[in-house]
Formats: sequence, C-alpha cells, structure tokens
Amino acid sequence: MAAAQRRSPLLVGISTALVLLWVVVAAFPFLWTLWGSFKVQADFFSLADWRNAWTGTFTTEQTGAAFTGQGYEGAWIQEEFWRAALNTMIVVVSVVVISLTLGTLGGYALARSGFRYTFWLLMIALVFRAMPHITLVSGYLLPFFEWNVWGHLPTAIIVLVAINQPFTLWMLHSFFLNIPKDLDESAMVDGCTRFQAFRHVIVPVMWPGVITTGLFSFLLAYNDFAVTAMLLSQQNQTMIPKIASFLGSTQQEGNVMFAVAAVVSATAPLFVLILFFQRQIVSGLTSGAVKG
Amino acid sequence: MTKAFRTTICASVLAVGGAGAALADCGTGNVSILGNDFPALQAVVAGASACEGPNVTANLTSDHRDLQVAALTANPSQYSVAVVANGSIVPLLNEGLIRPLDDLVAEHGASLDPTQLVRIEGQIMAVAFMANAQHMFYRSDILEQAGVDAPQTTADVLAAAEAIRSQGIMEYPVAIVSGAGWDLAQEFVNLYLGHGRAFFEPGSAAPAINNDAGIATLETLKALTSYSNPDYLTFGSNSVQALWEAGEVGIMMLWGSRGAGILAGENSTPEIVESTVLAAAPYVEGQTRPATTLWWDGFTIAANTSDEDAEASFLAMLNGLTPERIAANSALAVWLADGYEPTPASAGVVASAQAGAAPYPMQPYMGLMHTALGENLAAYLQGSASAQETLETIEAAYETAARTQGFLN
Amino acid sequence: MKHRTFFWFILPSLSAMILFIALPVGSVFIQSLHVEHEQVLRVVENCGPFGCAEETIVDREATAELRENQPLGRFAGVSNYLDRNHLAVAELRSMWERSDSFADFARRAMTLPFWRALAFTLTFTFVVTPLVIVLGLAIALGVNSLPRLFRGPTIFVSLLPMIVTPLIGSLILFWMVDSRGVLGSSLQILMGDPDLSLKASPVLTWIMLMVYGVWSSAPFAFIVFYAGLQTVPEEPMEAAMIDGASRWQRVRYVVIPHLMPLAVFITLMQLMDNFRVFEPIVGFQAQANATSLSYNIYNYLRGDAAQFGAAATTSMLTIFGIVVLLTPVLIRTWRDFNRKRT
Repeated sequence: MAAAQRRSPLLVGISTALVLLWVVVAAFPFLWTLWGSFKVQADFFSLADWRNAWTGTFTTEQTGAAFTGQGYEGAWIQEEFWRAALNTMIVVVSVVVISLTLGTLGGYALARSGFRYTFWLLMIALVFRAMPHITLVSGYLLPFFEWNVWGHLPTAIIVLVAINQPFTLWMLHSFFLNIPKDLDESAMVDGCTRFQAFRHVIVPVMWPGVITTGLFSFLLAYNDFAVTAMLLSQQNQTMIPKIASFLGSTQQEGNVMFAVAAVVSATAPLFVLILFFQRQIVSGLTSGAVKG
Repeated sequence: MTKAFRTTICASVLAVGGAGAALADCGTGNVSILGNDFPALQAVVAGASACEGPNVTANLTSDHRDLQVAALTANPSQYSVAVVANGSIVPLLNEGLIRPLDDLVAEHGASLDPTQLVRIEGQIMAVAFMANAQHMFYRSDILEQAGVDAPQTTADVLAAAEAIRSQGIMEYPVAIVSGAGWDLAQEFVNLYLGHGRAFFEPGSAAPAINNDAGIATLETLKALTSYSNPDYLTFGSNSVQALWEAGEVGIMMLWGSRGAGILAGENSTPEIVESTVLAAAPYVEGQTRPATTLWWDGFTIAANTSDEDAEASFLAMLNGLTPERIAANSALAVWLADGYEPTPASAGVVASAQAGAAPYPMQPYMGLMHTALGENLAAYLQGSASAQETLETIEAAYETAARTQGFLN
Repeated sequence: MKHRTFFWFILPSLSAMILFIALPVGSVFIQSLHVEHEQVLRVVENCGPFGCAEETIVDREATAELRENQPLGRFAGVSNYLDRNHLAVAELRSMWERSDSFADFARRAMTLPFWRALAFTLTFTFVVTPLVIVLGLAIALGVNSLPRLFRGPTIFVSLLPMIVTPLIGSLILFWMVDSRGVLGSSLQILMGDPDLSLKASPVLTWIMLMVYGVWSSAPFAFIVFYAGLQTVPEEPMEAAMIDGASRWQRVRYVVIPHLMPLAVFITLMQLMDNFRVFEPIVGFQAQANATSLSYNIYNYLRGDAAQFGAAATTSMLTIFGIVVLLTPVLIRTWRDFNRKRT
C-alpha cells in the first residue's frame, strides 16, 4: 500500500516534522531527568540558573566530577529501594497473572453469551471503573484492620486485581468478539464441554489480546499510588509510595535527588518491557480493540 | 525471672538514666509503632527496638494520619503505639482510641519530665518528646546591606522587605510556606493566634474569625506575599528551603525542624550559612506573643490492646527516649526529654516557645477550620474576593463541615 | 452460552468486583445519606509541654450512647447533596440575588467547592479528550508514513509519556516549568516576558494542566489508532486511488470511517479518565487555581479532620457525572449490542 501512494513532498514534510516535534516533546522530559539524576540537588534544582543542571557546577564542586552516582547510591543502598523494587515485582506479576486469568474467563463468557444481562454486566463494569480509587480505598481500611489483613502484599494484590477487572473484562471481551464463534462451537459439536473448547481451541489463539491487556494491567499495578500507599505497611511498600516518601513532608526535609534517581530506576524496566513487547502490543491492539 | 521483677529493673535503670543503649528489658508482648517518617522518630524507634523481650515492629509513613483511626479502631488494634502531634491526637481522642497512661507513668515514668505529659481533663493521654514551630530566619548580611535592624514585629518584617526591595538588593525578599491548602491555612493560624484571639466562640463550635483580627491577619498575609515570588501559592516547605539555600530571599518563616539542614549548608554556600540567623517568630504589632503555633510530637498507647502489650510498648518507647539516646541525636530535633543539648538549629523554636507562643489549638473541630481556611484563602490573595467576603466564605465552609460532622446544629 | 456455564465463567471476576467495588460503592452511597451524630461537647482543662489551657473536648460517653442507637449516624436524606459543599442550592440562589451581573455571580459561585471543581473538571475533560484524539490520530498517520526502519524507535519514544506514573510524570514537569526551570526560562525568553510564571496565574495553570493531560494521554490514542491503521482494508483504498482521490480525501472517506469504532473506544476511556483528573493537580500543586472532583474527595479524606460523609457525597456525584457523560456512548453500544444479537 505504501509503495502505491504518490505523496506530495509538502505533506511528507509536514507529517515528518510533526512526528519529529512529538518525539522531542515525548522524550525530552525523560532525557532531562536521566541527565539530572547524575547531578547534585543544587544543580538539577538550581534556582540561580537552570544551566547549572547542564554544566554541573555544584556537582563538580561537591564531588570532584561532573557526574555523580550519589542519588542512586542513596536510594538503592542507604534507603533500600531494592526492597521496594522487589515488592513491586511481586505485586505486579501477581496482579497481571490473576487479572488475566479471571479476565479471560469472564471476557470470554461475556463475548459468547447473547443474553441481555451481559450488556448490563458490561455497563456496570464501566460504572465500576468510574469509581474514584481513593474513595474505595478509604472504605477498605476499617474492615482490613479488623480482619488483620491490612499491610500484606496479597491484600493489595487482590484489591488491585478487583479494581482492574472492569477494564480487563472490557478489553478481553471485545477481543474475544473478534475470534470467530465457529471455532469453539465446532469443538463443542465434537463433544467438548464449553470449558474444554475454551481450553483447547481459544487459549492457543488468544495471546495477542491477552498480552495487550496484560500491558495495561501491568501499568495499572506498576503505577498505582492510591492503593499501595494506603494498604501496605512500610516493610511491604512498593516503589511509587517509596518515591513519594523521599520527597519529605511539610516539616521534614526529604532527599529530592534520591527521588529523581528512583524515578529513573523505576522507569527503566518499563523501557525494557516496551522494547520487548512492542510488536505484541501493536498486533494485540490491532486484533483486539479494532472492533471495540 | 518474674515479669514484675524484670520491669522493676527496667524502671530503676531508666530512673538513674543509665539504661545502656542496647538491650534494656521491656517486659514481654508485642510492640508495634505507627508514626510519621522522619529521622528523629527513626532514632526513637531504633531505641525502642533495642529492647530485650518484646517483639518490636514499626510502620513509619507520611500517611500515618490517614491510617491511625482505622488501625486503632480494630480490636485488637493493629498498632499498640501511635506517634501523634497536637493536631493528629484529636481524632484519636474523639473516638476514644487511646488509653490513659497515668498508671504506667506512675509505675515506670520517673524519668519523664512533668512538662512532657499531655493531660486531657487531668488524665495523661500522651507523652510528648519533641517540639516544632515555624519561626523567622533572616540573613544578617542582607539586612545590614539594607540598613535595617533585625525585625521584631510583622510590621518590621514588611519594612525590612521594602528596604531590601527598594534598594534593589532583592526583588522578592520574603518567603513563607504559603502553598494553597494546609500550608497557607497554617500561616493564617499563626498570624491570627498572634493577635491573641480565639477561632471559636467560647465553649462552642461556632466560628469567630469574622472580626477585625481576621481582617488584619488577611491584610498582613497579603502584604507578606506581595514581597514573595509570584509563585508563592505553590510554595511548600521544600520550595521555601530551596529559595533560602539559593540565596534568593532575605527573610523567611519556616519550620524549625528544617533549621539543621539549612545550617548544614549542603546545598548552599558558606556565605549564606554564616549569615543565617534563627530567631523567634515576629510579633503582631502591639501583641505579647509571637505569631506562630507550637507543635509537639509524642506517643500514645492504643486502647484496644492488651495491658501486657501496653506496658511493653510504654517501656519500649521510654527506651527510645533515654538521655544517652537523646544526647546522641540532639541535632535531629528540639527534644523535650532529658539529655537534650540544644543546638544552634533549635534557637528559633526555643526563642518562640520562651516568648510564649501559643500551642496549636486542640479543639476537636479545629481540623475542619484549618481545611476551610486552606480552601478559601487563595481567592483573597489573588484579589478575586474582598477580605470581608473571604472571612464570610470561610465561616460558611466551616459551618457546613461542622454540621455534617455533628459539631453544630 | 447457557446461563449456568456463563455463571461459572464469570464467577471469579464478578465476585472480585462485587466484594471490592460494589460493596464499597454501596456503603459509600449509604454513607452519603447520613451525617455524623451530634457531638456532645464539654470544656475541660488540658495541659501539655506548652502550658495549660481551657479547651473543648468531645464527651465520649454521651456521644457513644447516641452512636449505639444509630450506628450509621443521623439519617439526612439528600441534605448532604444540597449543602454548601456540593450542589449548594440555597447558596447559589442567594448569590444570584446579590450579584449585579453574571460575571459577578460566576465569581461568587467559584467559592463553592463543588461548582469550582466541576468547572475545571468539565473544561479539562472537554478540552483534553478531543485534543488527545486529534493529536493521537495525527501522530499515528505521521508514523505510519515513516520508512519502516524508523517506526519502531518512534513508537517506543511515543509511548513514554503514557507509561510513566502520573504522579511522577507531573512532578518531573513541575520541576521543569518552574520560572527558574528549563522550560519556564525558555518560555520567558520566547515570550519576551521575564516575569512570566506558569504557576502564578489561574489561566496559565489551567493551560499547563491541560497540556500535561494531552501529553500524557496522546500515546494511548496514538497506539490504538496506529494499530487500527495497520488493518485499513486495501480494496476501498485502491478504488479511491483509481477514482483519483487526493490523500486527504482518502483519509477522510476511507481511513477515518474505518477508525471510527476505535475513536469511540478512546473517547469512552478518555472521558472517564479525564473526568477523574487528580494526580496532575497534586503534582503541579495547582490547588489554588484548579481543583477537580477527585481532588475534592482526596481533600475531604486527608488530614486531621477526615470528612467521610462529604467525600462519599462527592464520590456519588462524580459517578453520576460520568454516567451522564457516557450516556451517548452507552446508547450507541446498546444499539450495536442489539444489532449483534439479531
């Protein structure tokens, strides 16, 4: 298709310029933060002259070199950011696996059932998704303390799975709609039960959609602040609340450079993830959401 | 060894102030501590954890205020100790979630200074161990250059700011923690209490700020912020401290707990550090106490916890507050406990307290007033509402909240 | 699918949602219909490190008795919804009577927390959502016409603003737009105004928040549209080219209709997410100039004086607002659903 198009040079110029501009706008804050994370606070947050962040005047003065790993050392070793990273990994992997398991079963059922209640279930799921998270969380506190389950990783995982269900159901449901009905129904004609048909016929072809949905579940669990900040104790804290705690409070000074280094560290795995899964994300979206 | 015997040893050791930093005996049970996350408290918790006997755990987080009511309502409560301040003890008192400490203090608290004991209606409900307040910082070199004396009153501060500005030394010489919301409301509270007036009608929850002192407070606040950087409505303590360390301001009001960091000068220059003077908060013209509020941090013991755990918790917390430990951590806070050696960083808080600054009010509905102030002050400072209108709006907002919470009918 | 099979398939998912979403929503609704008990007050003498003072406290025994009788609080009907913190009916009426012009009325109404938050929330939603769709489509078309070699890296970079935590993304930008920061200083030079501050003026703060909203959501629209572009059917495209359609005409009459269902999907998600805008306000410390409904809820729940009733009422109003916003989309889905059934 691309080869067949005759394009005017003007259009190509405009669209290339637009993409270039967007790339700069999207990437600049990250490059800037990455660069700044190797400086000291007086440079990166210089009030005298922002160019200090570029030249590293104070960094050189304080550490003897133009770059310093102090922020990373402080965050990872002194403040034990690795613990938070480990907790995040546990939470994220569990949330993704559980939400996808529940979501594929439910999404498949919603896609294959033609009764009117499926529509209403989908609508209710949509309204559930609209609920501000912070309201939900404040409602959990008392019962969780009462049942003595507050503060543990499994509690936060289950809550995140539940909060994530509406979106997972929606995405997977529209994805399953695109898998021809004949596929599993012919299997059932051959004597499979519904679950066997799902297990042997649908599961092998559903991966692109599942991976895309998984990415969004991943982002939700990875980026969550409201739930993890309120439901996890200090020992079980995940990365985002930990970063927030580096910033200090009204009365107490924080260490902003620890936060910057931690922000860069927390974004790095996402880079890797996108790098590996880019193709699946795009193809999954193609086959999944198109008929949205 | 019986439990009574062991605790006697512990108490007597504490009383002579010789409890070794390591392994004091604190009875048996579970001690779990909920509190804010800052170095002074971390030091106390480290001391508590050094106790022999109980199993000590701690959850130090800046979200502690949002957790404490739910955590202590559960029975048995999730935490046996809640570290609070004079603002955050109120919800726990309202709900009856903390226990009177009179027995424990009588039995084990000989080492405590009587001023550390927070008594509500005669009963000891908390043991305070550190103090904090916003106070004035000024740059002696800048004031000298501008040819003004150290300010004593808010009017002096404004005059000094005008002198600095008119001589072209600094365009925005003043910084206060004026970020919209809680911080800005705190500035109003400081100045209003500096007028010596109360926020409420005596003995009731009816608001009483719509008066001449309220108007004067608003006007002072507006005058101060007119000498502040135009971004002042986003200023939290971090931004104010950063401005100071960059040498951008000559006078500021900031929390005393930030003093140590500023004097350490890690992010600033020797000239700035050397000329930094920590002083009491300024007076409102013609008034007798500095325009600031004093805050204490202290520990409370949960009501919904066993007596054994409560006793172990009390002993563990005392072990975190031994004179040696306080002396070793003098730089971290203005301690109220024995063993504290005042450091230069504490000068402003101590001066404010000695000059008779008021403690932050402990009325059960003060938090609602604080919220109402925080929501509505910015409109006045930005010029979209008059002082009179603003005070009316604040009272209306407060009354709505107080009605929903059952304080007003 | 049989009801029974359907039930077993949906059960795990549904029970998670009922337990952790439906029940809390239900309890929030009940809470929004109640106010706290009357608190019995008593004046006592309190002493602390800074001396003694006469202060009021809550008489716990008397209050506990009231609580025992009605554990939920006093039933208040819809009065929470009508009070000053929410719909503020009475206040609006008296403001209307006292105002001499509509502008004056609007100025007064902006002191009411709910209406103030709603004004920003709606503006944000209706400015950001269309911009996200247009920008996302434009980038998708642009990337799609790039040589294949450059597409991968471009997609990778384009996704960055979406994957970063909102709280942190807005913090990074907040540091940059400070009047001394790299973006703030550059803007001052560009505009030729050395006193320009994005944080000080309400209008600039709103614009800044919306720019952030578009920046962080455009990748979502981009990636969905880009995926859709890969499946544009060849036949109508070729037919259009044979008919001599210009590139714009091809986009207008072939590509856009093909992408319509995707645009609906994006609109749905964006309307919901933008209506809940919250993190940027905290990250940019913009509460002096802009508050949203979610920010109000957060504000009620936080600090020494949590107001659960007010938070519950605002939550219910937020949900109601989203349902209203989504109605057109829902009706469309309902029609599609029925068409699919028949």
